[in-house]
Amino acid sequence: MAERSFAKEVEDLKLGEGDLFRGEGILAITKALLQSGVAYVGGYQGSPISHLMDVLADANDILDDLGVVFQSSASEATAGAMLSASVMYPLRGAVAWKSTVGTNVASDALSNLASGGVTGGAMVIVGEDYGEGSSIMQERTHAFAMKSQMWLLDPRPDQACMVNLIEKGFQLSEASNTPVMLQVRVRSCHMTGEFECKDNKRPEFTLRDAMDNPERDLGRIVLPPAAYEHEVEKIKVRMPAAIDFIRDQKLNEFFGPTGKEKTGKTGLIVVGGMYNSTIRALQFLGLCDAYGNSRVPIYVMNVAYPTIKSEVDAFCEGLDAVLMIEEGQPEYIEQSISTVLARTKSPTEVHGKDYLPMGGDYTAAVLTEGIGRFLEDHEPKQLGNRAPVPDPVPILTNPVIERLGEVVPARPPGLCTGCPERPIFAAMKMVFEETGTHHVSADIGCHLFSILPPFNLGATTMGFGLGPASAAAFNVKGAKRSISIMGDGGFWHNGLTSGIGNAVFNKHDGVFVIVDNFYSSATGGQDILSSRALNKRRNTNNSIVDAVKGIGAKWVRQVDHTYDVTKMRDVLNEALTTDAEGPKIIVASSECMLNKQRREKPKVAKAIKGGQRVIKEKFGVDEDVCTGDHACMRLSGCPSLSIKELDDPLRDDPVASIDDTCVACGNCGEVADAAVLCPSFFRAEVTHNPTGWDRFRANLSGSVIRYLQDRREKRAVSFEA
Amino acid sequence: MKDDTVKLRLKPAGLATERPISIAIVAMGGQGGGVLTGWIVALAEAHGWVAQSTSVPGVAQRTGATIYYVEMMRPGAGGQKPVLAQMPTPGDVDVVIASEFMEAGRSILRGIVTPDRTTLIASSHRSLAISEKMAPGDSIADSSAVSDAIGVVAKQEIVFDMNAMAVRNGSVISSAMFGSLAASGTLPFEREAYYDVIRKGGKGIEASIRAFDAAYDRTTNGAEPEPSDAAATAPPVAALPDSLRDKRANALLTRLRAELPEQAHAIAYLGLQKVVDFQDAAYGAEYLDILRDLTKTDSAANGAEHGFAFTATAAKYLANAMAYDDVIRVARIKTQSARRQRVADEVGLQDGQVLNTTEFMHPRMEEAASTLPAGLANWLKSRKSLYDWLDRRIDKGRRVHTYRLAGFLPLHFVGALKVIRRKSLRHKTEVAHRDAWLADASQALACNYDLGIAMLSFRRLIKGYSDTHVRGHSKFDKVMQTAKSIAARDDAAEWAQRLLTSAIKDPSSKDLDGTIMTIESFSST
Repeated sequence: MAERSFAKEVEDLKLGEGDLFRGEGILAITKALLQSGVAYVGGYQGSPISHLMDVLADANDILDDLGVVFQSSASEATAGAMLSASVMYPLRGAVAWKSTVGTNVASDALSNLASGGVTGGAMVIVGEDYGEGSSIMQERTHAFAMKSQMWLLDPRPDQACMVNLIEKGFQLSEASNTPVMLQVRVRSCHMTGEFECKDNKRPEFTLRDAMDNPERDLGRIVLPPAAYEHEVEKIKVRMPAAIDFIRDQKLNEFFGPTGKEKTGKTGLIVVGGMYNSTIRALQFLGLCDAYGNSRVPIYVMNVAYPTIKSEVDAFCEGLDAVLMIEEGQPEYIEQSISTVLARTKSPTEVHGKDYLPMGGDYTAAVLTEGIGRFLEDHEPKQLGNRAPVPDPVPILTNPVIERLGEVVPARPPGLCTGCPERPIFAAMKMVFEETGTHHVSADIGCHLFSILPPFNLGATTMGFGLGPASAAAFNVKGAKRSISIMGDGGFWHNGLTSGIGNAVFNKHDGVFVIVDNFYSSATGGQDILSSRALNKRRNTNNSIVDAVKGIGAKWVRQVDHTYDVTKMRDVLNEALTTDAEGPKIIVASSECMLNKQRREKPKVAKAIKGGQRVIKEKFGVDEDVCTGDHACMRLSGCPSLSIKELDDPLRDDPVASIDDTCVACGNCGEVADAAVLCPSFFRAEVTHNPTGWDRFRANLSGSVIRYLQDRREKRAVSFEA
Repeated sequence: MKDDTVKLRLKPAGLATERPISIAIVAMGGQGGGVLTGWIVALAEAHGWVAQSTSVPGVAQRTGATIYYVEMMRPGAGGQKPVLAQMPTPGDVDVVIASEFMEAGRSILRGIVTPDRTTLIASSHRSLAISEKMAPGDSIADSSAVSDAIGVVAKQEIVFDMNAMAVRNGSVISSAMFGSLAASGTLPFEREAYYDVIRKGGKGIEASIRAFDAAYDRTTNGAEPEPSDAAATAPPVAALPDSLRDKRANALLTRLRAELPEQAHAIAYLGLQKVVDFQDAAYGAEYLDILRDLTKTDSAANGAEHGFAFTATAAKYLANAMAYDDVIRVARIKTQSARRQRVADEVGLQDGQVLNTTEFMHPRMEEAASTLPAGLANWLKSRKSLYDWLDRRIDKGRRVHTYRLAGFLPLHFVGALKVIRRKSLRHKTEVAHRDAWLADASQALACNYDLGIAMLSFRRLIKGYSDTHVRGHSKFDKVMQTAKSIAARDDAAEWAQRLLTSAIKDPSSKDLDGTIMTIESFSST
């Protein structure tokens, strides 16, 4: 069950011709796929595309009605290879993933797909995770599009434009026998907006049609001599066909003065995704109104690759200089435009990264500065009376604000309240306090938060499911054993073979911790092979322990309740010290608390309301026992465990305190016990709707306890006035 | 060429000066920022405006700092749609809504709060960052820095504890922030329209509207004088009562008043209560004896000129030193009637419900042995095999159910060991340490008054149980040794303070060792 439910929103996917759709970008994308008549969709979750997978999962009934096959792919490579259904058959298909990481994984399949070409429209929707809020390396998907020759669509952040480009993208793919990539940035995926709908289309040619009438063509398979022919075909046939289609269908757009009105000497070339920020920058410079009526000519490349020479030539006609606006590096498009113009000895100068920063977000502020300088140099008349642009610098350099900069603490993301991974890292930190630190290879997933305070564990992360693989070199007997960590998501994505299989085969001596929280949690709680929930559309409940044993691992321990910190620590200690040969594998399992709470909380509330006996638990701290040393914080980092100042003038330091969001996972108490920290923690257990026996027992012990308390407290010296 | 054109006075193009209303919501992941964003968009769209929201979910959703952004504008003549930006531009934001106080500070540092246009709506409550929680002492960020900055940067400020207000009304912070936004007058929509949006949301409508109204009124009418505000400004230490009913207590009070300088009365009275509560009236008398002697030392060092700060500081830290954290004290606290009441309040216990607590205890042989009379404890320690045999039986995690007899009775019994406490090995150790500490501080006082005080406050480093306690002691020793080594310097007190600060801020001792190295470097030259 995914973290966010779109059960209500997917109803909008049924809207028909002329209806107005209003909602988030990812839903608009899904709707566009249905309007395009796709026969199959697949993909792998990851921000900003996770919600697209959630929407598709929640829309499964709608997809069934339309005869669309939807798969939660095992990896991006699987999803990429899935597109091969469009090679021989006129089937439209789309897959989605986070990029560039997902594209990296899929690139083998994509290269083969792009070489042989497609018959049916094939589209890869990539969530371009670049700039603020990104969780991955800063690279451009553009490179993949160029190297494999796949057309790259980068629509303006406007839902009507995005939807149109998806529909046209399938046609483009078919017209040029080439797979197409559609790139959407983080903010566009989660951007609300509206567009006018069309009816959904059932695929004209179905998967069943293809399967019942299989076809093959040696010329489409990547083997010599066909592979050489593919290259020629790419250059001689597919590229020209694509260029004609893009030009004829006007996928790129021209804004601002055209024809006779185009009297200025400068222009802007903008990739679609940068359009809104560019318009805002022009507005700040007094060159455009809020509705996009610009005084500077703008050529919007909704198709970022390939470059359409005739359009570039026409746009640059009569201009002294153009500024290319594309985010990230290298400046592929600027280079391409320069080449195009240089070949015909065009007098128009091409600028770009000489005025704009090579890397980082192209915010309106960055663009205002860059475009402003470009115009100052090439057409200062345009800037007119130079109205003041928004400028926070005077306020940011105020001494009061500068002091604030030293006060505001960083707030990195961390494990959620009650996260079952917290006790694993608490145990590991305790082991390291006894035995010294070991080399730790981290992976991608929630568990990567271990690299941050308070745990500070993990030296490298080399990619999803590659934690164990990245410890491969550290296979030296007698040295301090390396530890590698991998989540269940990464395990099934590729880690079973790339990490565990590799370690078994090479008789690796290290320790391998597989964090099993029953979901692909970091991406929003999607089900995977080892999920323990029953999912009527998927086969779940496949054991990780069985899988690693199946691949040949001998030393395998499962901790089925990670909150047992003492046990977790002992197992880690054993793994680090045992004489057993080969990889030492620990499967640490407990359910993701976010998912568990979402399921259990309403159930508990209902049971209490219904008069059933329910024990609700919460942890607390005795503030008189807590000495304010915060040793527990350094083994926790739980959002519900905080500190508070006391009113007691005798005490200097704030004490630990647990707020109402505590879910009683037990980590605090277990850690206090296992690390022998202090007796401050307690678990409060409130029995709702107690039985007669509960009440009898409580009354009996209560009266004895009260008697003893009274006796002691009466004798005490009293400072009552 | 530039010079000619700069003076050209061109009219701005068309409606260029008309810009959308921009609203940034700064929050921590999972704090309801998304709900508020959805409400604001729905509000604008209900009035025929074009609204667009964007967010950056991803990993920040897991409790990290994140930002949501909304722009809204009327469609142009002929229904032309505005082109809306996807992220806030510093210096160009109309409303910033911060769901936590340091996040308000962060938004200021991003430059999105500027005096010419920004209304800042911020909840003043704190949710502490991990760096604030991890330090072994007080490292909570100074909220006054944010308040000061808001005074400088915001065109209009609406700041109060919206979280508490929402909780009081059975709702969540987004409802209160929505109410403040409505009352701020920054959006051209009627109050009724906000209700419609909340009602369409579907969940917890009544509670949301209650919190909305409370925040709306609070924003419109300003703060009511709240009792908690008064408490915050009241002097931290209460005045002494004239007399006490309990004769034993009254005798101690009389002594305190007669023997200690007035400046130390209030704090010594608190200390006295703590010490008596820890043991008995005789122990309170011992506390006063020591303080009386220290007062003499203080007077000899011209204490009167310093307002007897040495005595007052001693009164505070001596009480903490005397009321050390042993198993007897823990057992007594856990079995107090007031403690059960506090837990019951904390969990909101209602009639007809049954409360139990489970304690997570891990006593070691060391604690058990040190509770025994010193002679017996030392004998045990010399019999290694017996000691180890006992250790194996004692040293393990124990879950104690406090309000069941099987749990309460043993705890009550351990609490009763108070009668032999002053003969115990632990007491002997504590007394020895205490005497040495006071002697050091008194000696320093004679030549450097402030250094004497600083040495008293080193006691703050000793806290925690078991290993943490041991580490505290070693830090104390390091700091004390270093301070003593530079006692002759004029700036010794400042360095002592710096030593203490670095010891408190950093759990790993790295900062402290750095400070010590600095001190050693200049004392060796």
